[in-house]
Amino acid sequence: MVSVKVGLCYSRIRHDEKLLLSALRERGHAVEKIDVRDQQFDLADPPAALAEVDVLLDRCLATSRSTYLTQFAAAYGIPVVNSAETATTCADKVETSLALEAAGVPTPETKVAFTTGAALEAIEAFGYPCVLKPVVGSWGRLLAKIDSRSAAEAILEHKETLGHYEHSVFYVQAFVDKPGRDIRVLACDGEPVAAMCRSGEHWVTNAANGAKTQEFAVEDDLAALVAQASAAVGGGLLGIDLMETGTGYTVHEINHTVEFKALNDAVAVDVPGAVVDWLESTVETAAVPAGGD
Amino acid sequence: MVDCIECGGELSLYDDIEAGEILDCSTCGAELEVLEVDPVEVDKAPELQQDWGE
Repeated sequence: MVSVKVGLCYSRIRHDEKLLLSALRERGHAVEKIDVRDQQFDLADPPAALAEVDVLLDRCLATSRSTYLTQFAAAYGIPVVNSAETATTCADKVETSLALEAAGVPTPETKVAFTTGAALEAIEAFGYPCVLKPVVGSWGRLLAKIDSRSAAEAILEHKETLGHYEHSVFYVQAFVDKPGRDIRVLACDGEPVAAMCRSGEHWVTNAANGAKTQEFAVEDDLAALVAQASAAVGGGLLGIDLMETGTGYTVHEINHTVEFKALNDAVAVDVPGAVVDWLESTVETAAVPAGGD
Repeated sequence: MVDCIECGGELSLYDDIEAGEILDCSTCGAELEVLEVDPVEVDKAPELQQDWGE
């Protein structure tokens, strides 16, 4: 593999980015760390830090920065992982749900409403419990499991009062009675790298919230669904979250700047190594001009 | 070692510390962002934003 100059775009170096940096440097790739907070993005010409790289790796912690960064990279003609299409689709739960539905990927039944009155009607139609989520957000923040009409009225009033317009886009979902765990599959262009289940007492079984993690074997049916879900949102390096329904799986979230430290600890696979393998093959396939041999 | 800018306590540093990394002060609990590594310079870490995540 030729040496590639990778621009790792970040605003915070998490343990995940340190794992990636180590894997890239161990392979002899040149890594330019690019703090996106220091950059200014011209409409036509890339900032100097972006201009000299072979590929950009979007590891922005902030979704807004990620979506705009990838769009600028696309406009400049600089290869970026993940693509702007993938980032835009995965950054917004409405966009993700629409993409999954269009591709025929099983996903929880969802309704979107723009007023508290319409949202309350949607909640009542689902019955209790049901789930209310922010359209942008991660780590299980601001998820609400609604158990009664009085709780629904209170939560909707709070959301409307929060002020930001995004909180007045009410994303209501059927509650999936999962078996105390959900499944995270890390996939590269639809090919599973590793998977884990995340178990806990709380209805939100998120590693960031302290769920216990354990390696999960990816059978053929799950692998096929992961490939389908990945293609639905534009592919790339993704964290695909699924729940078991008793008759199969349902995809409830796809993460485009996927964190994998918990997964790396839970499985035997060298996750950052596998990600770099894929990055190398992606650059080769795209025939990106490389920096040397 | 680097001093916490909140309480003045001393923080031990890893050898592979990176600019952009967050350090937790074990004395006062402050989150500090590494701005520079040679020499190490820290500042208060930004507060959590609603669109942060993966």
